[in-house]
Amino acid sequence: MPTDNTTVLDARAMDRTLRRMADDIIELYDGTDRMVIVGIQRRGVQLAARIARIIEESEGVAVPRGALDITLYRDDLQTVGPRPVVGPTDLPWNLEQRHVVLVDDVLYTGRTVRAALDELADFGRPARIALAVLVDRGGRELPIHADVVGKTLDVSPTGRVDVMVKEVDGRDAVILVAQETAQ
Amino acid sequence: MTSALGKDLLALEPLSSGQIRLILDTAEPFKEISERAIKKVPALRGQTIVNLFFEASTRTRISFEFAEKRLSADTVNVAASGSSVSKGETLVDTARNLEAMRIDMVVIRHSASGAAQFLAERIESNVINAGDGTHEHPTQGLLDLLTLRDHFGTLAGKRVCICGDVLHSRVARSNIWGLKKMGVEVAVCGPRSLLPNAISEFGVTVFNRIEEAIEWADALNILRLQLERMTAGYIPSLREYNRVFGVTRERMDRAQRDILILHPGPMNRGVEIDSDVADGDNSVILEQVTNGVAIRMAVLYLLAGGRPELAEAAKHGGER
Repeated sequence: MPTDNTTVLDARAMDRTLRRMADDIIELYDGTDRMVIVGIQRRGVQLAARIARIIEESEGVAVPRGALDITLYRDDLQTVGPRPVVGPTDLPWNLEQRHVVLVDDVLYTGRTVRAALDELADFGRPARIALAVLVDRGGRELPIHADVVGKTLDVSPTGRVDVMVKEVDGRDAVILVAQETAQ
Repeated sequence: MTSALGKDLLALEPLSSGQIRLILDTAEPFKEISERAIKKVPALRGQTIVNLFFEASTRTRISFEFAEKRLSADTVNVAASGSSVSKGETLVDTARNLEAMRIDMVVIRHSASGAAQFLAERIESNVINAGDGTHEHPTQGLLDLLTLRDHFGTLAGKRVCICGDVLHSRVARSNIWGLKKMGVEVAVCGPRSLLPNAISEFGVTVFNRIEEAIEWADALNILRLQLERMTAGYIPSLREYNRVFGVTRERMDRAQRDILILHPGPMNRGVEIDSDVADGDNSVILEQVTNGVAIRMAVLYLLAGGRPELAEAAKHGGER
């Protein structure tokens, strides 16, 4: 199948976008009090770490970080089967009355976020949970919206958005793949 | 629908090293769930699992039950004690009745070797072998592998000696298959009467003296002397067994290095293992128990899943 790749964000644009998202997050919560930044496995974890670092630089305070693997909370185990390897969940913070920022790379159907909200509820009752995504590609199947969005794209169901981060993929980029390749 | 492991987990012998690694890797994140305040994830919600234990068991049954409950499955325990009906007929009947109740998985322990496979061939539900006669106890073998990997980092090239009653031990068989597939050097040590005649066919080193085994090994997996099966005069007396083959502090000290101590339980303290070794710094016996829950969660999770080609596609991420 033919594919058509478009770079939506290169490394520098991605860095700018993350900085803007960090500012939006601080504004949303009116500071960093009681804030916990939680990345969704996998790429959300690296993005959360970057945003936390930017906030630390600009605000001069360390923001606690966590990681969430929602594999075991998915609603499609029976149809899709187990993910090859379940990633680690690392939430050493008491979430009671915290301001949680959930970070993911791409917001699409909203099912990942639904699962993440379910999982967070098993760890405590935060005062508020906000959602920050690098790319909102539309196509929601659940009533879920992001509070902070890096880039909004309108992608057809056959398209795919690949977010790459240095820590995992060797480079920073957001690529729009117009047609799904055979896998 | 078959998972990456196939329909059932009956033994480690037919598994590939890749499949074993998948189970061990999947068990890692499950360890953390048992440390949470709410020790439960919804992965197996709505699945019904029957724990069919035809033979006494505390640790394994409870471990499976915890694993099932922490994955949100619905569980039923059937403690079928000795029946007058011959075992074959009992199992066929049991299988038919279970199928009629629309269950999803069966965890079976039975005193007859091959009972798990017999059941697996006759029902559509996933079957997990929790120990069948002297054949295999795959989840015990896997949790031993996980415990060894936790401590050694990598398994390949390490030396593990399985000590004691190898003849009656399904744990020994699962361990030998699993360890060898993962590239571990395996030895056995015990009285000749408690080693299978064909032990050399397993491709393992045989030590006749426990001192030699301790000298050689990075880890000792000390088996329980199965007193209830000792009806044929395999050993002269328990005291003599301890004197010749017991893993004692004195013998361990002579090695002058750290050797990991495993035991599948329940222990006969003062027979195959002395208390100060069982409770010593190098003992990982309780870690084995903790890892057992994670391993069983991983196996249940992997068997419950759908088609492998979709799992493969999912590797590239859920939402894109």
